Amino acid sequence: MEQFLTFFFEYKEAIFIIALSIFVGIEVISNVPAVLHTPLMSGANAISGVIIIGGIILVGHADLSKFSLDLVLGILALIFGTLNVVGGFAVTDRMLEMFKKKKK
Amino acid sequence: MLELSYLIAALLFVFGLKLLSHPETARRGNLWAAGGMGLAMITTLLLHKNSAGEGISITNIWIILCAIGVGAAIGWMVARKVKMTAMPQLVSLYNATGGGASMLVALLEYPAAMAGDIQSILVTVLGLIIGAVAFSGSLIAFGKLDGRVGDIMKPFMTYINLVLMVSTLALAVFIVISPNPPSEMMWAIYGLTALSLIYGVMFVMPIGGADMPVVISLLNSFTGIAAAMAGFIYNNQAMILGGILVGAAGMILTLLMCKAMNRSLINVIIGAFGGGGAALD
Repeated sequence: MEQFLTFFFEYKEAIFIIALSIFVGIEVISNVPAVLHTPLMSGANAISGVIIIGGIILVGHADLSKFSLDLVLGILALIFGTLNVVGGFAVTDRMLEMFKKKKK
Repeated sequence: MLELSYLIAALLFVFGLKLLSHPETARRGNLWAAGGMGLAMITTLLLHKNSAGEGISITNIWIILCAIGVGAAIGWMVARKVKMTAMPQLVSLYNATGGGASMLVALLEYPAAMAGDIQSILVTVLGLIIGAVAFSGSLIAFGKLDGRVGDIMKPFMTYINLVLMVSTLALAVFIVISPNPPSEMMWAIYGLTALSLIYGVMFVMPIGGADMPVVISLLNSFTGIAAAMAGFIYNNQAMILGGILVGAAGMILTLLMCKAMNRSLINVIIGAFGGGGAALD
């Protein structure tokens, strides 16, 4: 119990963020109509591309003076992240475009 | 300044998702979320400092911009050109790249962890496993929707999957509690990556093609959680918030999609191979 409390106080900010984000995530989409399931999944998929920030930090602090496999993999991670973000938002937009036309 | 920008980006994610869940505002919501992502990226490029207080150097910024340019050009063109009917598999493919990026970030950050620093090794290992499963699992889901991979359901696969899951978790626990410095544990981390990738393949393989949208939504939720774990490595609020948000929203969306098909999630996953898969996180 004491260990648990120490852990809690050490990471209380992170724990608050997690708890609130879970709640917000659930609350925000709990009444979504079925037609929007796929676009919403696609939009959420694009947001999960925030990992791109990790890629930017990784390559941003990489040592460029020598060639290394790590650098190549870091750049690959960055390209993957960008594909997720740009591709994700573009696909979602195209789906919703179609959706709008159907309504008219 | 950095934290304020990240907060605004995270709020744009939240409002974007909210607007996305109503038919009239959905398209605007997508733009808001994209704006939040742009803000988070620019903020990181300009304001990020590592623990030694160093910002991102100008030479590296050019490499970063080139990589982003390549990814953006491909991502945009494929998204614009693909046939309307091929969109679900494209979402799955982009989800795979997100999971792959999480996997690579965790893999490359692991050597920088301090020996015995259980918390940071734990989030790195979790990011690695979840990212790798999302990566290979989404690739298989893409292959199934695209008609390149068939459904393979054999009764013995249940046992293979159980063995795979138990050995992945055992290796993960071993890495986390080991007092050795990461440089001596690289064999274990590569092994863990391989096991997680195989598990992702085996997890999706027996699930029927018609259930793929549900599985993609579940794997999307995993990608979010993996991104959040990477966020803990860097103590980056935008990544943690965005990742957990997608993790939670993706999980609820998965359940809603199951409900729309009159099935339970357990039924979708376990119905196909009878055990274990959903207990991943």
